[in-house]
Amino acid sequence: MASEAHVETLALREQFDTEAQQNDASTLGMWVFLLTEIMFFGGLFMMYTVYRAVYPNVFGLASSTLNEIIGAANTAVLLCSSFTMVLAVRGAQLGKRRTVMLFLVLTIILGLVFLGIKGFEWNQKFQEHHVPGPGFHLEGTALQGQAQLFFSLYFAMTGLHALHMVIGCGLMLYLLWKTYQGTYSPDYYTPIDMGGLYWHFVDIIWIFLFPLLYLIDRHLK
Amino acid sequence: MNNAVVPQRENYLNASYGLKSWLLTKDHKRIALLYLFTITLFFALGGVFATLIRVELLSPNGHLMSSDTYNKMFTMHGVVMIFFFLIPSIPAVIGNFVLPMMIGARDLAFPRINLLSWYLLVIGGALAIFAMVSGGVDTGWTFYTPYSTSYSNTWVIATALGIFVAGFSSILTGLNFIVTVHRMRAPGMTWFRMPLFVWAHYATSVIQVLGTPVLAVTLVLVFCERVFHIGLFDPALGGDPVLFQHLFWFYSHPAVYIMVLPAMGVLSELVSTFSRKPVFGYKIVAFSSVAIAVLGFLVWGHHLFVSGQSLYAGMVFSFLSFFVAIPSAIKVFNWTATLYKGSISYATPMLYAFGFIGLFTIGGLTGLFVASLGIDVHVTDTYFVVAHFHYIMVGGAIMAYLGALHFWWPKMTGRMYPEAWARLSALIIFLGFNLTFFPQFILGYLGMPRRYHTYPDEFQVLHVLSTAGASVLAVGYLLPLIYFAWSLRYGAVAGANPWGATGLEWQTASPPPVHNFDQIPVVDYEAYDYSRVVGEEIAVG
Amino acid sequence: MTHPIDSVKTYAWVWIILLFLTALTTAVAHVDLGAFSVVVALTIAVVKMLLVALFFMHLRHSNQLTKLVVLGGLLWLALLIMLTLADVFSRGWLGVPGR
Repeated sequence: MASEAHVETLALREQFDTEAQQNDASTLGMWVFLLTEIMFFGGLFMMYTVYRAVYPNVFGLASSTLNEIIGAANTAVLLCSSFTMVLAVRGAQLGKRRTVMLFLVLTIILGLVFLGIKGFEWNQKFQEHHVPGPGFHLEGTALQGQAQLFFSLYFAMTGLHALHMVIGCGLMLYLLWKTYQGTYSPDYYTPIDMGGLYWHFVDIIWIFLFPLLYLIDRHLK
Repeated sequence: MNNAVVPQRENYLNASYGLKSWLLTKDHKRIALLYLFTITLFFALGGVFATLIRVELLSPNGHLMSSDTYNKMFTMHGVVMIFFFLIPSIPAVIGNFVLPMMIGARDLAFPRINLLSWYLLVIGGALAIFAMVSGGVDTGWTFYTPYSTSYSNTWVIATALGIFVAGFSSILTGLNFIVTVHRMRAPGMTWFRMPLFVWAHYATSVIQVLGTPVLAVTLVLVFCERVFHIGLFDPALGGDPVLFQHLFWFYSHPAVYIMVLPAMGVLSELVSTFSRKPVFGYKIVAFSSVAIAVLGFLVWGHHLFVSGQSLYAGMVFSFLSFFVAIPSAIKVFNWTATLYKGSISYATPMLYAFGFIGLFTIGGLTGLFVASLGIDVHVTDTYFVVAHFHYIMVGGAIMAYLGALHFWWPKMTGRMYPEAWARLSALIIFLGFNLTFFPQFILGYLGMPRRYHTYPDEFQVLHVLSTAGASVLAVGYLLPLIYFAWSLRYGAVAGANPWGATGLEWQTASPPPVHNFDQIPVVDYEAYDYSRVVGEEIAVG
Repeated sequence: MTHPIDSVKTYAWVWIILLFLTALTTAVAHVDLGAFSVVVALTIAVVKMLLVALFFMHLRHSNQLTKLVVLGGLLWLALLIMLTLADVFSRGWLGVPGR
């Protein structure tokens, strides 16, 4: 009976009464964690909103130096990785170990592709002297300080996002390893489910970063 | 009777031995004790800084230390007391221990994350102590830019990192409590049958998860600004230092409710138990907790009245700040109404509860003073504000914490503390507190600025009174340290329910078994139903 | 587990629509819509977010509490941004020097 202590398993830890309760608790916990992530990134979104509102022209100019095609391509890469991720979760729901592993591997690869492209973009910014600091210079405006603000936000926001991507790839590798070991089944695949939620959330952050950073006043260029 | 050696049934304390069984525990009760030990150390550290401050302020010319050193003293006092003592205190010690039992659960939803929370507090604390030992930080606990980012030569980053890590301790505790309350309640334990302590902690947890991440990202920005000079708060680059204050206070104002809401939760339990009456207006008190959590997020601009925020926004925030006082006032009215025609007992926890009600009321009313734009222009950054928040934090929150410790001590340890000494300590604390902080209201009103260690000679009398009070207060705080430790070996053995209190935690043994209940209770009665309590005599003396 | 298993087809459709919306937002950025540009860009982003959340994150199969958590987060972010903007935009409104 639920009120008695029971042997602890992965799917039913000792503090829970039923597997459904544990699953519900894990899911709620993950969503509350994502809530904290909304507020964590949110501080940067607030800074961005204020400075863009106050320096619209400089921000537009600075944004135009970003390559929107690469940005759009990278967005597509992440969306594809979300697709493979949800297919991995689906595979877990159906107990198809090989399917899960395949799609986890694809997700990781796409994640690394995203990070590679990001690194390439950052390097470009470095070459063009758009990295905030003593060597910073943006052509076409006298407001160098304000232009630097855009790039500070660019690096802070994409940097924080990239950090979350790296953590995500690490998480996926862990899940891949555990899947290989046969830890999961249709009755217990919660970590894969939770990993998926995390991955999609990081994708959603990028869904907003792309237009906000890359597509300011593009019609003027 | 001498209870030094009593054969004990297996409980969470004696079920396993050794350092590893404590440092790797998943038991919420043991984690609560780990927190108790840790935050007591931090309280002592914060107290050391307070002592140095008050001794320095005995003389008007700052003979003991330089201004730079004084800046470090009040900064570190604030950092330690707020982030490493007050914010964890009631939730991590009392909440961790009793909340699962109050709702009839075997543990929190995520026991290992609970342990992680404790480790994060310890690591954060170690980082902060490293910063202090290396030379300290002098920006004020508020880290205002551009001083913290461009000019201070002290250990800002290490301290910020320590607070950042401790912030995640707070976030994870909040997350754990939210999921636990939603998903782990015993059969029949509906939302409106839960003790009000749980409602208060639920509301606190909502604040923790919504607000603390903003503090975290703010500290990251301070780090970036300091190291990379990114310019977000630098006027020379078009940045706005006031934006830092917006981000900082978006968390730090709700943070004060993180500190006081759990205290209010404790009050509901104490006032009810020692009046032997249900809390008056249960639902209203429950909703007030939630209202405080929500409204608390809408008022942060009242910290920016003279900082450069627009006057229009100032008026909006001032107006909203009056509203947040309402649910707090409602609670005070309801506790008072609970006393009416109750069977009042004056055991130590109740003394602390009375202390809270009086001192929190004064602190809260003076909050309205500073919420008024016109008055705040004169008293901001003076000792008036310092007195205001110490009345709430010390006169309110710390008294509630001590009341809670005394109330649940028998449950946690199976021992009673010595009642006479405890009452004496409560009295000393009350007198010492008022002597310390009431003069500060006057000082502030007369114009004594905060964070200054030199002042006009005519203020010296009030400062001397305040320091005298602080020494009395220190004695008051030392006594429980001694007699609580004494009680572990020589205190009277406590039964399951020495106070005749309602609540599921009193229906299991003292100390509780590892899994809290031998059989998970089924609840079919309301909270604070004293007709069901077959309590023991209230153990006094 | 607890929620129904969506088909590959459903996920594929969502994926295609997401890619399309990405192309759309990039293209529309080149059209002069004045102040409306930002509204359109954010609207598309919100639609993409909803698609990912509802379908990929299974939010449409989740209970009320989960949906409330998401809503609460977005609301709180809006609060942070709006009230701060209220300060930044209203500086000087009341004609008091320096305020």
